[in-house]
Amino acid sequence: MTQKLDTLGAWLLGLIWFLPLAYTLWAAFHPSGYATNFDLSAPLTLDNFLAAWHAAPFARYFLNTFILVTMVLAAQFILSTLAAYAFARFEFRGRDLVFMLVLLQLMIMPDVLIVENYRLMSWLGVRDTIFAVGLPYFASAFGIFLLRQTFKTVPRELEEAARVEGASRWQILLKVYVPLARPIYVAYGLVSVSHHWNNFLWPLIITNSVESRPLTVGLQVFASTDQGIDWSIITAATLLSAAPLLIAFLLFQRQFVQSFMRAGIR
Amino acid sequence: MKQSSLNAVYGWLLLLPAIVLLAAFTHYPALSTLWHSFFSTPKASRPAMFVGIDNYAAMGEDPVFWQALWNNLIYALITIPVSVAIALIMALWVNRRLTGRGFLRMAYFTPTVLPMVAVANIWLFFYTPQYGLVDQIAGLFNLPGTNWLGSRSSALPALMLVTIWKESGFFMIFYLAALQQIPPSLREAAMLEGATRWQYFRRVLLPLLMPTTLFVLVNALINAFRLVDHVLVMTKGGPDNASTLLLFYIYEVGFSYWDTSYAATLSVVLLLILSITALIKFRWLDKRTHYQ
Repeated sequence: MTQKLDTLGAWLLGLIWFLPLAYTLWAAFHPSGYATNFDLSAPLTLDNFLAAWHAAPFARYFLNTFILVTMVLAAQFILSTLAAYAFARFEFRGRDLVFMLVLLQLMIMPDVLIVENYRLMSWLGVRDTIFAVGLPYFASAFGIFLLRQTFKTVPRELEEAARVEGASRWQILLKVYVPLARPIYVAYGLVSVSHHWNNFLWPLIITNSVESRPLTVGLQVFASTDQGIDWSIITAATLLSAAPLLIAFLLFQRQFVQSFMRAGIR
Repeated sequence: MKQSSLNAVYGWLLLLPAIVLLAAFTHYPALSTLWHSFFSTPKASRPAMFVGIDNYAAMGEDPVFWQALWNNLIYALITIPVSVAIALIMALWVNRRLTGRGFLRMAYFTPTVLPMVAVANIWLFFYTPQYGLVDQIAGLFNLPGTNWLGSRSSALPALMLVTIWKESGFFMIFYLAALQQIPPSLREAAMLEGATRWQYFRRVLLPLLMPTTLFVLVNALINAFRLVDHVLVMTKGGPDNASTLLLFYIYEVGFSYWDTSYAATLSVVLLLILSITALIKFRWLDKRTHYQ
């Protein structure tokens, strides 16, 4: 009995949760006349996507976002790996204090320091570039923290063995630590990519041209510059901008969920 | 001895790139925010001048600031408990063998993957008077159409709903992870002792999930002050500042009115809130072995 009630409740909530997406799909794949008219015989069409694609430089926005997430991820992987290795396996004075200072970024993220970071980017002369969108996120407390935890679980014996065989510190990091932390890299990578794919406020502030604007900002510029409020086209553009992540999520659902879990467990 | 000083050199060299960037884009801006809050905004004719606490005095008398702060508190007080509770329920359901568990997990989690801007645009469509889904459903029950985002009383709740929809699935993941660590024998033992489901939940599960709950709460709190994309897309803080949140107001002051000093002053309040959160987190939460 309770099992049935549970199933019913879970499905009810699931349908409510799914409804917005279903509605968006409906509006995007049907002619605008049917956007709010749920006639099952309505013809399916891709015209809305084509119209959206041609109405704004989405190809360029895709490229920008792609460059952005790749750049951020590469920088985060390298910087976090180095810092995490230092925190996990090197003894030196001031280490713990510096670690606490690093952790501060978990609370006070660059996301809220928009005014001063804008000033900094102007001073550096890199405003309105993809580089400026990513720069504040290159050093990630979250990444350092996750990798440090992982590196600490690597048995010292492995490191000793590698050293006996004549491996340098650098080789030990690359041949012992990094391969063992692969699942964490995947987890952190997914979290990072989806975060920066979706980031909006900072890119909105710091970019000002088609050449540097990521998808989220491009979508907003597109949706807010009077499309005559054609919802069919706006929903199509919305789906378009979320599509790569959404499709990746649907294909690799298990990995996504596990990655978010792994990144969450501390 | 020599080995240990070599170690220190290596250690600092490894840290250097990350530390420099962290200091440049987190610590320095935080301090510089505080610094600039004591100066006037430079104008073409007049450079920035030290004005002491004038900006703070102005803030104390700024009704929009108080409105934004108040809105943000209400926003946090409602969205956080509701989304955390829903997340827990979702996790309990998805953790069991229900029919269509795969679909359910996908339905719950999908909003998390979508960009907030996309989500906001979708919901903007729903809230459209008469034409949108919300009013269409209301129409089925012969309720009159409402301008959800255009009226003072419903704009903020409408935004809260979006937040709850988007965040619950994210928090569900953490609960799910925690639930999977709980051995099934606990449940069997409780049942043998004659505990009801509610008792098991209340006396066994909930205490075991406490660290997760605290972790999720802190994350939710940070997000409540950090994420304003939907405000920007859906209401721009309106009507009449009824739905403005602190960070959105900072954005407005800083990048629409270009009053950077006042924006810095407002940011100090936000940083203060986040620092208090950080303090609570470090003092309480990390009694567990997190940082060892």
